[in-house]
Amino acid sequence: MRLLTRALQAIAVPAVLLAALEWVVRTVASGSDAIAPPSTAAMAWIRAMGQAPWWHATQFTLTSALTGLAFGAGAGLLLGALIGLHPRAGRLSALSIELLRPVPSVALIPLAILIFGFGLRMEASIVAFATFWPVLVLSQAAARGVEPRLLEVAQGLQMSWTARLVKIVVPAMLPRLFIALRLGLGIALVVSVTVEIAANPHGIGYAMVEAQQSLAPDELLAWLFWVGVLGAAINAGTLALQRAVERRMGICA
Amino acid sequence: MTSLRDGARALEPGALLAALLALWWVASHAGWANRAFLPTPEAVLQSLADGLNFAGPGRGELASFTGHTLRRMVTGWVLASMAGIALGSIIGLSKRARAWLQPMLEFMRPLPASAVLPLAIALFGLSDGAVLCVVVFGAIWPALLSTVQGVASVDPCLREVAAALQLRHRAFVLRIALPHALPDILAGMKLSLTASLILSVVGEMIASQPGLGQAILLAARAFRAGELFAGVVLLGALGLAGNALLALVQRRLLKWQSALLF
Repeated sequence: MRLLTRALQAIAVPAVLLAALEWVVRTVASGSDAIAPPSTAAMAWIRAMGQAPWWHATQFTLTSALTGLAFGAGAGLLLGALIGLHPRAGRLSALSIELLRPVPSVALIPLAILIFGFGLRMEASIVAFATFWPVLVLSQAAARGVEPRLLEVAQGLQMSWTARLVKIVVPAMLPRLFIALRLGLGIALVVSVTVEIAANPHGIGYAMVEAQQSLAPDELLAWLFWVGVLGAAINAGTLALQRAVERRMGICA
Repeated sequence: MTSLRDGARALEPGALLAALLALWWVASHAGWANRAFLPTPEAVLQSLADGLNFAGPGRGELASFTGHTLRRMVTGWVLASMAGIALGSIIGLSKRARAWLQPMLEFMRPLPASAVLPLAIALFGLSDGAVLCVVVFGAIWPALLSTVQGVASVDPCLREVAAALQLRHRAFVLRIALPHALPDILAGMKLSLTASLILSVVGEMIASQPGLGQAILLAARAFRAGELFAGVVLLGALGLAGNALLALVQRRLLKWQSALLF
């Protein structure tokens, strides 16, 4: 019963806003090429979901986001752990990281177009750059946060480098790594869609630009809603995963 | 002898940077990568000098483009921060408002703000207003959500203190709730600044508005890698300056917080 009231509360305000939008578009802005009533957009969404191009575009966006995340977060994780475990390396690289980190990833879109042309590699490279820095910083913090006594135990047991890494450092870093993963996934999706809107003629972002340019506002709104759903689903999924890992490791948040 | 070691230690951070710059110089001069996308450092410096009109017969274009992007970024950020903090305080202070609105706000949080750019262009055309709209829309969420978080997490004891002192609602907000939420608000404003820079650049690229975003896109199309890198350097400088200023403000305003944690 509680759950039902909470669910109703959650959709009440959006439902009212959508109804208001519907009324405004049908009366004041009827016949507009720029905006469509939400009901028409919903029908366009249902229609399009049954067709292949919708899923091709979604698959392209998700593939490039995950590919870029794999490279960017992977490199960020390794380097971050390295820098976090060795204070000297951290001191050496601090200035370079602070100077390179504020460059907006979208500023590299033209460079990526020059190098890779259009397509998956260009988008994945921008996503990799964008996800590298936050994961680097978070991994560094996670590695620095490893309990020093655990490292002393490793030294006392004369563990090899790989054993130390696998058995002590990575498990100690795991909760923060999942937070970094959640952040990275969110950034990856946002950057993918942004690159597609700005330049890359593939994927969800480009489908939105096409819908806008071919004066199909119902499709545009359908894509916008779909992006929101994807983002929310990915966020919820990774949050659930993070909580599950934290529970397994006995951390109460 | 310790002063020598301290001196060497102080130079360490610069060492890696110098090494990276040297690597760039060697890579570009030796032609390890195509000159079309890896210009020499001197070419980039030349483009920067020309563009900022320090030397040579440049037209100072980069300076004006930087000004446009900066104006867009700051205007959007200020508007978004004000709206976000105002709305966030109202929503955060009321438990009922949070119950009704929080799920919708959480749904909007992961939405890529650039996804509304085609909609804004459809509604407002290829104009400065469309870009500014998208910048404000994108930058408002971090400020709003962090204000809601900060204000909602006011300790119930503090509320009881306010009730015991018979503080009026406005006094409670200004003297207790907002200062308590200040760390969260400032963190949210930092994220808003990053978002507003990114959205300004993307908006300029798509809506063909004068600014650094359009400048680097045109430089790429004309294969002028020096100008491209110069534009990227300037954008990085904008981001760095913004972050640094905000960090300074953060340190100043939150001095009372660290003082309490003797």
